[in-house]
Amino acid sequence: MDPVLTKYVREPNSFTLDFYLKHDGYTALKKALGTQPNDVIETVKASGLRGRGGAGFPTGMKWQFVDKKIEPRYIACNADESEPGTFKDHVLMERYPHLLFEGCLIGCWAIGAKVAYIYIRGEFYHVQKAMEAELANAYAQGYAGKNILGSGWDCDIVIHRGAGAYEAGEETALIESLEGKRAQPRIKPPFPALSGLYNKPTAVNNVETLCNLPAIILNGAEWFAKLGPEKNGGPKLYCVSGHVKRPGVYEASMNTTLREIIFDMAGGIRDGHRLKAVIPGGSSVPILLPDQLDIPASFDSVQKAGSMLGSAGIIVMDETTCMVWAAMNLMHFYKHESCGKCTPCREGGDWLWKILSRIERGEGQMRDLDLLVSVSNNIAGKTLCAFGDAEATPPLTTLKHFRAEYEAHIREGRCTVPADWRARTAVAAAH
Amino acid sequence: MSFHPLMPYGSQEFQRSERTLVSEGEAFTFTPDRAAKLEEICSKYPPERRKSAVLAALYLVQEQQQYITASAMRHVAEFLRITPAEVEDVATYYVMFFKAPVGKYVLQVCRTLSCALAGAERVVETLSEKIGVPVGSTDPSGMFTLLEFECLGACDRAPVVMVNNEHWHEKATPESCAKLVDDLRQRGVSTLTGCHLRVER
Repeated sequence: MDPVLTKYVREPNSFTLDFYLKHDGYTALKKALGTQPNDVIETVKASGLRGRGGAGFPTGMKWQFVDKKIEPRYIACNADESEPGTFKDHVLMERYPHLLFEGCLIGCWAIGAKVAYIYIRGEFYHVQKAMEAELANAYAQGYAGKNILGSGWDCDIVIHRGAGAYEAGEETALIESLEGKRAQPRIKPPFPALSGLYNKPTAVNNVETLCNLPAIILNGAEWFAKLGPEKNGGPKLYCVSGHVKRPGVYEASMNTTLREIIFDMAGGIRDGHRLKAVIPGGSSVPILLPDQLDIPASFDSVQKAGSMLGSAGIIVMDETTCMVWAAMNLMHFYKHESCGKCTPCREGGDWLWKILSRIERGEGQMRDLDLLVSVSNNIAGKTLCAFGDAEATPPLTTLKHFRAEYEAHIREGRCTVPADWRARTAVAAAH
Repeated sequence: MSFHPLMPYGSQEFQRSERTLVSEGEAFTFTPDRAAKLEEICSKYPPERRKSAVLAALYLVQEQQQYITASAMRHVAEFLRITPAEVEDVATYYVMFFKAPVGKYVLQVCRTLSCALAGAERVVETLSEKIGVPVGSTDPSGMFTLLEFECLGACDRAPVVMVNNEHWHEKATPESCAKLVDDLRQRGVSTLTGCHLRVER
């Protein structure tokens, strides 16, 4: 498949308005403004576009749920890209920001919003500054702000800087953060489509999702749907990181298999090593083993294989990776990022990290393995947002596939897979 | 001494609250240009929703005096017409706000899985030895603060070090980081590799 979203991102000056206008920039917006908002929603529904942030919920349906009787309405663009292993939106925003602006404006037209807030993570300040400069150009030339393209329609785009909170990627927590509060999730329902930002109807969409809109409007719903398997249409960005030769962002259709992405596009495992495990959709999803990779990297196929495509952050680990350590590393992330609102997640994450740490140090006992499962199962499904399920995943999935490794740690009283890239102190302690 | 009469067990350490008060600091007001900038940011939100600008306001405080103090939080509260508690609530939640003095260069090394697989643990070790302080502290000269950070979202250029919440140094190695510390002393942030997507421009 020829790249759609990342076709131009490697070209010099691809981020400028001039470049964008020379490559069909803002023509989709013009076309959309010539139709009724409801027609746009119907087109997006027919295309089958699914949210690229992780859940894979159909975007057209999300927009249809937005309560059109209440004013004002908002688009909140989720640019708080912080799922470990994910770095796709960064490329689009840094190298092709006008695509996102156009996507935001088409979204606003569809649901009748007058403002789109782009919530960008605080660590992407260099991206934000570049985007703000380009946004000013778009305003100056009438592609945003008042009387867009002479249509008489006004719409603003505001870039809002976060300040370092993974939880702000959850849609209601993002809204809380936009309102100037702690990024903590709300109780759902009501869903943001009915009561979101400032208690007004809000559509929260991922950057990549919005970036798909111009192509759908220009080429039609049928073209988009045919790019991938049924119900998994369109181009998809995959982020490959870890022990591969060429880590990076790769665009492909969802017909492509995970093996093709890892071995053909990303160059395969580094020399002299072999594949041990793959996390296919960001750190929050279950592990796939080397013999499970011959499946299309689509939302539905990966789910059938027992994991999730999530944000398509593919983390590849070779045989030097200790799975107890990997779970401990991720658990440090989750205990640190837990927002603290729900007790199981706030306390449980810390417990899990402590248990994993003592096993990794060689101080674990066999009963700790049952304890890990018990604590994990008391977090998953017992919290307001999906963070709890994500937090319970690393210990459960590593225990399921690599129980022998845990038992070896406990039996021998040391880490049995001390890689040469780990901390020198940790490696020394293991011998 | 017990925290509660019906709970006479546990050491004092066990019962001590982890809440640390943010220091009072010197009297704080925004410089006129920062006040104007914040007013402009406030105008992007509905008039009755000035609170939305609280993160931006705290960044401006940090730009002006490096870290957040209680007097600065009161000033922000007054500016945004909210309570000081609402500002403290936010300031103590987000990790990019420093609640204590930091060094001139704050080195934040990403430690999450993809960076760790690429050797972030060794980068942290090397930086700690080179600067001469453990993770989480500032060196006596006040030049460097070394912190660990959770996923920066640049896993293809791992490991990544972020300096002063803004500048990136990609594909760090123990060798490059030892050099980095020396170069930062001499030449400042211009020595960093920066974000490759930006450099490719």
